[in-house]
Parts: sequence; structure tokens; C-alpha cells
Amino acid sequence: MQRFPCPFCGLRDEREFHYLAEAGKTRPDTTQPIDDNTWADYLYGKTNTEGVVDEVWMHLSCREVFILRRNRSSLAVEKAIALRTEAE
Amino acid sequence: MRSPYSAWSIFREGLRSQRGWGQAWRSPKPKSQYDVIIIGGGGHGLATAYYLAKKHGVTNVAVLEKGWLGGGNTGRNTTTIRSNYYYPESSALYDLSVTLYEDLSRELNYNVMFSQRGVLTLCHSVPDMEMGARFTNAMQLNGVDAELLDTPAVKKYAPILNFDASARYPIHGAIWQARAGTARHDAVAWGYARAADALGVDIIQQCEVSELVFEGGRCVGVETNQGTLRAPHIAAAVSGHSSLLANKAGLQLPIQSYALQAFVSEPLKPIMDTVALSPALGTYFSQSDKGGLVIGGGIDRIPSYAQRGNLPTQETVLSGLIDMAPILSRVKVLRQWAGVVDVTPDSSPIIGPTEIPGFYLNCGWGTGGFKAIPAGGYLLAHCIAQDAHHTISAPFDLTRFTTGRLIDEGAASGIPH
Ligand SMILES: Cc1cc2nc3c(=O)[nH]c(=O)nc-3n(C[C@H](O)[C@H](O)[C@H](O)COP(=O)(O)OP(=O)(O)OC[C@H]3O[C@@H](n4cnc5c(N)ncnc54)[C@H](O)[C@@H]3O)c2cc1C
Repeated sequence: MQRFPCPFCGLRDEREFHYLAEAGKTRPDTTQPIDDNTWADYLYGKTNTEGVVDEVWMHLSCREVFILRRNRSSLAVEKAIALRTEAE
Repeated sequence: MRSPYSAWSIFREGLRSQRGWGQAWRSPKPKSQYDVIIIGGGGHGLATAYYLAKKHGVTNVAVLEKGWLGGGNTGRNTTTIRSNYYYPESSALYDLSVTLYEDLSRELNYNVMFSQRGVLTLCHSVPDMEMGARFTNAMQLNGVDAELLDTPAVKKYAPILNFDASARYPIHGAIWQARAGTARHDAVAWGYARAADALGVDIIQQCEVSELVFEGGRCVGVETNQGTLRAPHIAAAVSGHSSLLANKAGLQLPIQSYALQAFVSEPLKPIMDTVALSPALGTYFSQSDKGGLVIGGGIDRIPSYAQRGNLPTQETVLSGLIDMAPILSRVKVLRQWAGVVDVTPDSSPIIGPTEIPGFYLNCGWGTGGFKAIPAGGYLLAHCIAQDAHHTISAPFDLTRFTTGRLIDEGAASGIPH
């Protein structure tokens, strides 16, 4: 079994994690009119590139959403990047 | 002129110590100019070339394959062929394919071993049976053969399944498609290759496309390790690698590539002469003519370009098999492998032109495109040669993701991806 790093819990069994999306997409400004192409790209477009990619994952046990930098060709995990900021 | 395969040729070669068999297709040097270039020598690419030549008289065609023919998913799949889909658009597409498969060995003069042994989709509860009835009705309304079986009928077709009342997933019945079945995957690729070659198509292996060539916004050629080749029509049929090629054309496809695994057991005496799928357990299996159980399941839930699988999915699929047929619990697995499959948001394929003139796609078949090889090739050939969609392929145009008219078979027919 592969182990993935959760920024909050540390190394855990891969079965505890769920892939959500490629990182780096920005939701179009929904207060403005959005043309169909922009919306379709946002909903469905994926770079789907090989090699090292930043992906959004969730650690199901603690519900932490974070970025996992992973190599899609070798399946090696480079690092987890927390998205949490400190409470103000 | 190549001599056709026949009972007589087998007999004759038997007498001649098998020394008279010629090559099945040539290995020509690529020309610099073609009418159509097809990237990808899997089933869909080869079938597209065949139907271009056969149906439309377009014979100045090249199929470029970076590895060997069928070395992608076409030679890695579990060979189930069926047309039990929910929506009319999908039924038309996949049933065209099953119909073409029914005559394929004769059409290609190549035995693809299509065996219509039927597929059972198991129902494990009263609500499952209700959904099964709905599904069966939908298939019948779409003109596809389907029957809802009760438990004794399932037992007749597949007595090794788990009919114990205390089973975690007891069998209440099944959706049965009798015309469904299995075929030999390599033979489908080889048969199309041989028949296309005989019509003049150049099949070029070890030829990897690294870049697409554009002129005035049109796609006009490809750069490969065997030089630059040009054609007014370039079609990509590269399954899990479609996004990588499309990205070179500046297109982002609605595709995510995942690994899909399969397993084969040690050879056993004949114990299973149909295909059984349990959506609840996420496993399906059949038995090959060599006796091995051919076992498959859902995709690995991790985006991947690695042609191997991960352990959690192996555990799910194999323990699912044992739940389905406990008698198999001590059977040994001989081999395991994976292919990189191209999954779309609606689990339906993408066929047709793109916004880039001259660049066509045949992809997005995900976990289920072996069954669709004849139809995928037939329809893409039509698109290229007639410069217009066939009515069956029109709904599967890439623009459906912009118009929102998805064909959500992922939800409708419970495809495990
Ligand atoms: C484990 C597994 C089980 C499956 N089970 C079933 C099943 O039971 N029933 C079913 O219907 N479907 C099944 N499928 C799906 C089915 O195998 C595929 O949908 C189908 O084979 C796709 O065919 P294709 O010709 O589009 O792609 P492929 O057969 O993958 O061919 C694409 C080819 O393109 C080549 N290529 C890629 N990039 C380039 C490049 N840049 N230049 C040149 N060549 C390139 C590749 O080498 C490859 O040979 C399964 C798939 C897998 C992996």
C-alpha cells in the first residue's frame, strides 16, 4: 500500500485519501455574465498532463483539503502542501 | 495479392510444415504525404483506417503507432462486448458495434473469436430488481435485446455464483443480454490491420508522434521519430494519451486518465460460459477459451499514466470475485496488468472534428471501448470522408460539454467509473 502525507495527520494509508481535482483552477466570477466556453472549461477542462502535477486531495479521516504534488507517471509523491491558514 | 485464410489454407499449411504463411501486413517506410493520418494503432485507429479504405475509398492513409499494434488498451482489456446502455444515443452507438462484431470475422477474413455467450448484470436486492426492470425496459424500447431474469434463471446460466441466502449480496436476479459476449482482443487489432493493409493503408509501428504541425490555424501534419508526415486530415485515437496530444493543439479535453487493472487466473476446466458483473461488488469475470478466468473491476481512483495498478483496487476486485463465486477462493492469479484509460465526465466517448480544422478525435471510451471498436472506426471514418457527422456519432461531438447536452451513462448504466 502506498502512503500519502496529510499535512495535518502525517503519513497515512492511501485508502484514506480521495482525489478531488487538478489544482490551479479559478472559478469564474459568477456575479458577471459568463460565456459557455469559459464555463465549460471551468467545469470539465483538464490539463491531464503526465509527470509531476499539483492535485487537490482530501484526507477523508480528518477532512483536510490540501495540495498533493505527485508524479502521475511514476506515482511517486513529492510533497503535501497545506491550504489551511491560521484562524484570525 | 494475399491469399485469404480458410480451412483449406490451414490444411495446406499443415502439409507444408507451416512454411507458406505470408506476412499479415507490410511494414512500409512512411511517405511524406497522405490523405489521412491516424495516430494510434489500437483497435479504433486501425478500424478507422479500414473503414476509410473499405467504405469511402480513401486508401492513402497511414496509421502511426508508437509501440506495437494493440499494445495499448486494445491488447489489455477484458474483452467484454455488449450494448446494454440506457440512453437512446448510446444504444444506437453500441448496438451498431455489436451488429458489426456479429459479422466481423467474415468481413475481415480473420477469426476474432466473437462468442455471444451473454452478459449477466446481477441484481442484489429488491430495489436493484426494480432498477433492473427499468433498465431492461429502456433497452427494449431502444431496440436492444434484454431480459430480466429471476434467481433460478441466473442459476441456470452461471451455477458457480453465490446463491447462498446468507451471502452479503444475495442474487435476486439479473439483467441478461444474450447477444453480448467476448472476443479475442489481439485478433480484433490484427484483423483490422491485415484487412486495412490489403486495401493499401500504411501501418507504421515504432512511430511516435511528438508534435502536431499547424499552418494558418489548420492541422496539416505530424512530427515523428520517423520524420515529418503531412495530411489534410489528422485523427488521434490514442485513448489514455489523448489529452497529451490535444494539449499540443492547444485544446483542453474533458478527460482524466486513470489506470484500469485486469487479472487472469491459472487455467481451469470450463466452469463459466457467460460473463457476470456485480455492480455492488465492483467485479466482473468470464472464462477464456484457454481456461483462465478473466477478471476486471473499476478504475484506480488515482489519476495515473502508469500502466500498472494499485493494491487497494486489487483487493476490492479480487475479494469481490470471491464474494461472487466463493468456489474460486483458492484459484491462483497468474497475471495482473493495467492500461491507461481516458475517462470523460459523462462516461461517453468523444467522436468527431475539433475546433481545429483538420484535427479529429476518437477517444473518451474509458473502461469500455473494446466493444465499440467497429462502431468507433466506422463513425470516425464517415466523419473524415464525408466531412459531416453520421447521425449516430453526432451526439458524441466534443461540443456537448459546452452545450451541456451530456450523455450521462456513468449515472444511467452504473459504469464503475
Ligand atoms: C484492464 C482493462 C479492461 C478493459 N475491459 C474492457 C472490456 O471488457 N470491454 C470493453 O469494451 N472495453 C474494455 N476496456 C477498454 C478498452 O480496452 C479501450 O476503450 C479500447 O481498447 C480503446 O481502444 P483505442 O484503440 O482507442 O486505444 P488503444 O488500444 O489504447 O490504442 C491507442 C494507441 O495509441 C498509441 N499512441 C499513444 N500516443 C501515441 C503517439 N503520440 N504517437 C503514436 N502512437 C501513440 C498507443 O501506443 C496505443 O497503442 C478495458 C481497458 C482496460 C485497460
